[in-house]
Amino acid sequence: MPLPSFIPFKGLSAGKFKNISARTLFLIAALFINFILLSIIIWLTVKSAPVWVEKSIPGLLLSQVWFPARGGFGMFSFIIGTVLSTLLAVILAAPPAILSAIYLHEYASKKIMTAGRTLIDLLAGIPSVVFGLWGIITVVPLVRNHIAPAFGINTTGYCLLSCGLVLSIMIVPVIMLMVIEVLDGIPNELRESSLALGATRWQTVKHVVMRMAYPGILSAVALGISRAIGETMAVLMVAGNVPAVPSSVFEPVYPLPALIANNYGEMLSIPLYDSALMFSALVLLAMVLVFNIGLHIFKKTARYGGQTS
Amino acid sequence: MPHVKVNKFNLYFGNDHILKDIDVSIPDKQITVIIGPSGCGKTTLLKSFNRLIDLQDNVKTDGRILIDGEDVFSRNADLCSIRKKMGLLLQKPYPLPMSIYDNVAYGPRIHGLKKGGDLDGLVEHYLKEASLWDEVKGRLHAPAGNLSLGQQQRLCLARGLAVEPEIILADEPTSALDPLSTARIEKTFIKLKKSYTIIAVTHILRQAKRIADYVIFMYYGRVIEHGPASKVLENPEKDVTKEYVNGVIS
Repeated sequence: MPLPSFIPFKGLSAGKFKNISARTLFLIAALFINFILLSIIIWLTVKSAPVWVEKSIPGLLLSQVWFPARGGFGMFSFIIGTVLSTLLAVILAAPPAILSAIYLHEYASKKIMTAGRTLIDLLAGIPSVVFGLWGIITVVPLVRNHIAPAFGINTTGYCLLSCGLVLSIMIVPVIMLMVIEVLDGIPNELRESSLALGATRWQTVKHVVMRMAYPGILSAVALGISRAIGETMAVLMVAGNVPAVPSSVFEPVYPLPALIANNYGEMLSIPLYDSALMFSALVLLAMVLVFNIGLHIFKKTARYGGQTS
Repeated sequence: MPHVKVNKFNLYFGNDHILKDIDVSIPDKQITVIIGPSGCGKTTLLKSFNRLIDLQDNVKTDGRILIDGEDVFSRNADLCSIRKKMGLLLQKPYPLPMSIYDNVAYGPRIHGLKKGGDLDGLVEHYLKEASLWDEVKGRLHAPAGNLSLGQQQRLCLARGLAVEPEIILADEPTSALDPLSTARIEKTFIKLKKSYTIIAVTHILRQAKRIADYVIFMYYGRVIEHGPASKVLENPEKDVTKEYVNGVIS
């Protein structure tokens, strides 16, 4: 097809022109994503400037005093709330998620595998507000009436444990789906090679499959953590939302996302309040970024000996 | 009595009849080569010997495959010990994700040999058997993935030998290799047949001519003809075999 003459690449054939324009388009798309991330960071930094200029960043991060009406904007208990609920969720979710993914992929028949995968897909697609509601009607009473009394403790049920439980149920499918993807990527011939030597399934899984899958499983857990850190709706509904550092899992927490979602748009007549909320969003974003960059560096430096090229 | 004897063996994937009435004995301490066009069931037969075929879904079989007189498809067959009797080489080398040393030591370790001096000796012995020792003796603890493809394939051979099999199964073991590495593997096979029964699948006729003592020709899931290499390759009885050997069909 001849090129219309108004296109300023007269010397180029149509094929080359398409090639160049496709490349440019992809480049713009790639840059655009980075531009958005950058602009969010800049925008949050600028918008939160009033509060961190006046109170200093360490002062905000390390103070526990949250009393906006009197100018107390300490974020410490919110940061701890986020870290603890995420940690608890991952500790509860990762082992069963990884084990059941291995079961489905390495042991179960194709039929069960397909059924299981469909089920997890569905689970992964449930909106978080539904998880939150489910948390209120089942998890909170369970914690209040059964789990806490077993330890001789009185609680409303709106606490760190409920928050961790609901979050863990939410991230189990996320971790499972990714672990299954990772296991899919390991060539079957490696399993055959190990089995052919007389190894049992378990020996093959332990020495060959897990060794190959290790970096990928790490990424899967990381994805679960990223999901849990930023989860807002479900957390807000069951965490109790009291800005204090909890002394046990039966006490309420107030994770950062819940803080932002609960308060933004209200009480903005208080000086520096909206700036402080912007700052908390910046802290949340920084936590996720630092975590992901750290993981990336860890995976690059850790050596996985003898991988097939 | 031969190590490997196939007795009226049929195999189905779901409703597809893949292997039809296979009935053949494989002579001991020789190289038996299974030839035939792709899709004729060569690999399926090979993987039936050590029941790796179990990894496929919906496999049904009847008839028997006897290894040392024991039916591998019988209900109470011990898969691990059956598989331990057979080393396996695949089309492409798949070293395990560990060092050269650990690849060879993998089998002995899972079968209960403890770490120590005799393990070092074993590793050296089998790397020599697979004609790889001289190339890797200085870097035994390097990742196996660093080796060239040809070296990897010999490492896989050493790894298989280390569980002291009686039989070596090879599924087009040189199809990913260059001519030089191919020649190395073939030479190693010829050296090894003194102590092992070797069953190799290939679709390269010239390779069959170079290494085979005994040939099985398969076509559409059936064994059409089997016998000493000179007879099947030079002087086949059946027309299909003739056509295949002369390159009319492939």
